[in-house]
Amino acid sequence: MAAVNTTPRQKVGWGTANFVVIALALIPVLWIVSLSFKTPTAILDPSFWPAQWTWGNYSGVLETSTFIRPLINSIGIGLIATFISVVLASMAAYAVARLRFPGKQVLIGLCLLLAMFPLIALVTPMFNIERAIGLFNTWPGLIIPYVAFGLPLGVYILSAFFREIPWELEKAAKVDGATPFQAFVKVIAPLAAPGMVTTAILVFLFCWNEFIFAISFTSTIASRTAPASLAFLSGSSQFTVPTGPIAAAATVITIPIIIFVLFFQRRIVAGLTSGAVKG
Amino acid sequence: MAEIILDHVTKRYPDGALAVDGFTMDIADGEFVILVGPSGCGKSTTLNMIAGLEDITEGELKIGGKVVNNKSPKDRDIAMVFQSYALYPHMTVRENMGFALKLAKTPQTVINEKVEEAARILDLTQHLDRRPANLSGGQRQRVAMGRAIVRDPAAFLMDEPLSNLDAKLRVQTRTEISRLQRRLGTTTVYVTHDQTEALTLGDRVAVMRSGLLQQVASPKELYDTPVNLFVAGFIGSPSMNFLSGTLEEGKLRTSLGDFTISDELRREVESEGTGREVIVGVRPENFEDVAFVSDDSRPNGITFHATIDVLESLGSDVFVYFTRGRDQSVAAAELEELAKDAGRGDVGGSGDTVVARIDAATKIREGHDAELWVDDRSMHVFDPASGRNLSLAVSRRADGAATIRAASPAPADTAADQPAATGTGPDQPVSGGASPAGSTGSAGEVT
Repeated sequence: MAAVNTTPRQKVGWGTANFVVIALALIPVLWIVSLSFKTPTAILDPSFWPAQWTWGNYSGVLETSTFIRPLINSIGIGLIATFISVVLASMAAYAVARLRFPGKQVLIGLCLLLAMFPLIALVTPMFNIERAIGLFNTWPGLIIPYVAFGLPLGVYILSAFFREIPWELEKAAKVDGATPFQAFVKVIAPLAAPGMVTTAILVFLFCWNEFIFAISFTSTIASRTAPASLAFLSGSSQFTVPTGPIAAAATVITIPIIIFVLFFQRRIVAGLTSGAVKG
Repeated sequence: MAEIILDHVTKRYPDGALAVDGFTMDIADGEFVILVGPSGCGKSTTLNMIAGLEDITEGELKIGGKVVNNKSPKDRDIAMVFQSYALYPHMTVRENMGFALKLAKTPQTVINEKVEEAARILDLTQHLDRRPANLSGGQRQRVAMGRAIVRDPAAFLMDEPLSNLDAKLRVQTRTEISRLQRRLGTTTVYVTHDQTEALTLGDRVAVMRSGLLQQVASPKELYDTPVNLFVAGFIGSPSMNFLSGTLEEGKLRTSLGDFTISDELRREVESEGTGREVIVGVRPENFEDVAFVSDDSRPNGITFHATIDVLESLGSDVFVYFTRGRDQSVAAAELEELAKDAGRGDVGGSGDTVVARIDAATKIREGHDAELWVDDRSMHVFDPASGRNLSLAVSRRADGAATIRAASPAPADTAADQPAATGTGPDQPVSGGASPAGSTGSAGEVT
């Protein structure tokens, strides 16, 4: 449709705009990648690409438990927090989308508010609470606050998805003999799968990238997550700035996210509800 | 198989809105009953209450002899076909049809057998492993039907199942549904806003308006002897023409001419206390081109001249439209509601335009003056205030005797038209007028 109306000039214009946007987004990433391949002596070299490529930073980072263990922590904490958030959020969102109860709008407003709440404001009180109840430096010590922040986001996104699912499907399931729970699990949830995947990706990204809680509520690699562990990486000697290893570790952290999104992108885009009703 | 008994079933929403008011009706085992009415009349709410998808505020609902007011849909043994079909998009046709059986923990071999049997009946065998998204509208509709029949339920509930199909397919599917229902013999409650569907499908038709049941009767009885203005205007296409009439010197003066009326009817009109103003209803087929009226039947009506505005030839019939200049528009709440539902300023012949169906061989031409004859034997006289059909009341009282001048054939036929299966008398189910006070047109009671 657009192709019919676009003149060559418009094409060039849009092409340039796209190029600028993509370049702006990619240059910092490529810079980090490039840094991660530079030898320690070449770190301050102003050239964008390394003159001499090395895997040294990667092998150094991946051999130390200071990074491997936090990587495992990150994956574990991220997956558990995501799972809990999505399961709870889908039930809550279903209620928000389907039921009429007083204060529904307030609830949705609160969800948005919570999702925007500045994390830093919570660090000190939560640090004291976690130390008092023995959650400091444990997986649950991070999972619980992550779920707290993942839930409102999930409720907000999923309630929009559930609203799109025709109510008649649920009625049909009920008439077919399903209990409300069966109707939810067998009919509604499969149809909301794209929404759940979207929510899962966003919550996982949040958990994966989160730094303030991770660095505040942990003290050892028993529960420290990957982003926090970057600060504890050391150079080849005690007196070297560990720029290379940090760049390598940052690149390693980014890879799972890229795979995650590429893998699920198709699933997000596919509209599963087509064919449910006429149209 | 089961009978469904609704005893003063009422739906009142928390905000006080009354959706269904004292709906009482006995639906016999194996009967095909249609709930019909304009949008917002409470017909779908009634169906949802039978299904258990909406709570019943007051009254009692029995399915198969058991009170099911507080039972959830899954314990009522009913199957429902939705307007949007509500097929599960993530399941194949086979899974869709077998879903209810699977939930009931039926063995897989039995499920397969039943699904394949239903697919054979509905001609869906080659589509069993496809998904709803890949089916045409008609096929989806059949899957929705299939999902209902595999369960062999006590009753089928259908909520406007044909309204998403195109006109041709709708007629075809209508016949299929009728055939299927007779073959299975399952009690069926069918909701529609289309009066053609109602008249063609139902053993009995229940007309609803603003939550009140207006009349329950066989299609023919509804057509011939509507109890009030609303039913008269709703049933029939093109709808009945309504003209204002005045009772003067023992004659009924209308813009078409003066009709002679019986003393009983005159007394009935006068006893209503609404003065001498009435609304006269004439169906389009009660008109005829004078050229085709034999001399014998000419005295059974009156002749008049009219300038034909529009002439529509359908091949088998010709519809002519004309206006009566000095006719003041008839005003009644029920007619306004009908007009609103139909999305136009007036209904059929109400207001100024009168439509008449005449013989296709007519020589009448558009824009020319024509002489028409109107049969007054099947004319209806309504009370403008209550909407009650006064001529019907007279004829009922006189046990099918003369209404206006000659004997109206309609009331005498009604008993014969009742389907034998229903086992109910002609006026037994009518109870819509349960709340006597209130809106002008709540008269559902037949005197």
